[in-house]
Amino acid sequence: MLEINKIRQDFPILNRQVNGKPLVYFDNAATSQTPQQVIDVIVDYYSNYNANIHRGVHTLSQEATDKYEAARKTIQNHFNAKHTYEVILTSGTTHSINLVANGFASLLNEKDELLVSALEHHSNIVPWQMLCEKTGATLKVIPMTNEGELDMNAYVNLLSENTKLVFVNHISNALGTINPIETIIEKAHQVGAAVLIDGAQACPHIKPDVQALDVDFYVTSAHKMCGPTGVGMLYGKEEWLKKLPPYQGGGEMIDQVTFEKTTYAGLPHKFEAGTPNICGGIAFGTAIDYMNAIGFDNIATYEHELLKYGTKKLLEIEGLKIYGTSKNKTSVISFNLDGIHPYDVGTLLDKMGIAVRTGHHCTQPIMDFYKIPGTVRASFAFYNTKEEIDALVTAVKKAKMMLS
Amino acid sequence: MPSIKEIQEDIIDEFSMFEDWEERYQYMIDLGKTLPLIDEQYKTDDHIIKGCQSKVWVHAQMDEDKVAFTADSDAIITKGIIAILIRVFSNQHPKDIIEADTDFIDKIGLKEHLSPTRANGLVSMIKQLKMYAIAYQTQLK
Repeated sequence: MLEINKIRQDFPILNRQVNGKPLVYFDNAATSQTPQQVIDVIVDYYSNYNANIHRGVHTLSQEATDKYEAARKTIQNHFNAKHTYEVILTSGTTHSINLVANGFASLLNEKDELLVSALEHHSNIVPWQMLCEKTGATLKVIPMTNEGELDMNAYVNLLSENTKLVFVNHISNALGTINPIETIIEKAHQVGAAVLIDGAQACPHIKPDVQALDVDFYVTSAHKMCGPTGVGMLYGKEEWLKKLPPYQGGGEMIDQVTFEKTTYAGLPHKFEAGTPNICGGIAFGTAIDYMNAIGFDNIATYEHELLKYGTKKLLEIEGLKIYGTSKNKTSVISFNLDGIHPYDVGTLLDKMGIAVRTGHHCTQPIMDFYKIPGTVRASFAFYNTKEEIDALVTAVKKAKMMLS
Repeated sequence: MPSIKEIQEDIIDEFSMFEDWEERYQYMIDLGKTLPLIDEQYKTDDHIIKGCQSKVWVHAQMDEDKVAFTADSDAIITKGIIAILIRVFSNQHPKDIIEADTDFIDKIGLKEHLSPTRANGLVSMIKQLKMYAIAYQTQLK
């Protein structure tokens, strides 16, 4: 059992008011809030040992390097990567995906096919479209069903020996669907294709084991899991990371530089050109420790309770429709009120102190599938409460009354 | 026809009567619901301003030496604000439209809707109104 009141005390932002009302923060799928433990680490870094890493021989640089590399180790352990150097620290999921997409440019030709799921965030679509433009490879789409699940029969039929890469999110940001990535990975490997899993939405709820999944690439962002913005991870199997060329050139990523020829550093530095987000990386490690101390099983159980409660309560409102009704989903509820634009609902909810996301959630293909301009999305974290869901329900009813 | 400044003063007066956000928003919602703002034939892609969150359609035509605007949106609060903007800018001389500011929006407590990051199409809409005014001003010369 989670002691929610105690946990809430870790998050100073939850005490603030918005428009004169206590904040109800239900935009966790976009950015989770930051516990004091993580804030303290950020303050400590800039107060005590802010310095550039890896190159300095002075004490501060050494301390910063040790902490940064310790964070990498924490991330490795959390995701159960085989080697520490398989963890590349990036600026976030989008950066990680672009890094891989760019790397594949030299490995693909016109006969090759890439499979993307219909449930993807734009950041797991556009880099691959750019890759296809560069290489002449074809992008094919794994279709979705009305429940917001992937059509797995169609997926298997799309796979062929021409398939080189499959990229799917672990959990859909717009609908909350948990995709059957174990099967997706297994089937892709049977035809020799590599798989990239976008774990941005999964990592706040699930502890993925990259070795058990046998996944080739797994990417995520710290800010979805109690860490700061601007830092994230690319996990890649060693063999793939060795095969891919560097993404950006610069300092940190070299072995020897002469004007005739430069040789690159080994993993992970080959992909980490320039001064990284040092403080962010360290705080990412702290955020992982924080969440593990609460326990992912506890988090999943509690959030499922919130999801069940929220779904039931919201569905009691006449004319409210939920998009994404898979049995396998996390604590995300995407909904609309009949005949009412989501922007209007979101605007009024904000006036009542409730933060939700409205719009297409960077998933226009999903909105096109349902023929809607967008949805209102309430996404719950382990520090949310049923009382907050009650406040949401009351506010949605009021918005409906004002707008009808 | 009162000037742009006079209409803005009127609107500020009207909004000062509202006691809280609810009355203010209910008024805008009702404005958005009751006003037929644009002829259906102009609700086409030629007239659309795409915000990330809501869409806005704008049509302009010259009526003697004044510009008449009609506009619409798929979101009702956006439409209510459009109704207010149309009341201010429509049937005015192009020169006055070009020179007008929109500071009154702050004074009626709707500033956040005109933030460029809000992505509801309203900032682009005001730019578009001014572009039309500039075009018609050139014709007048």
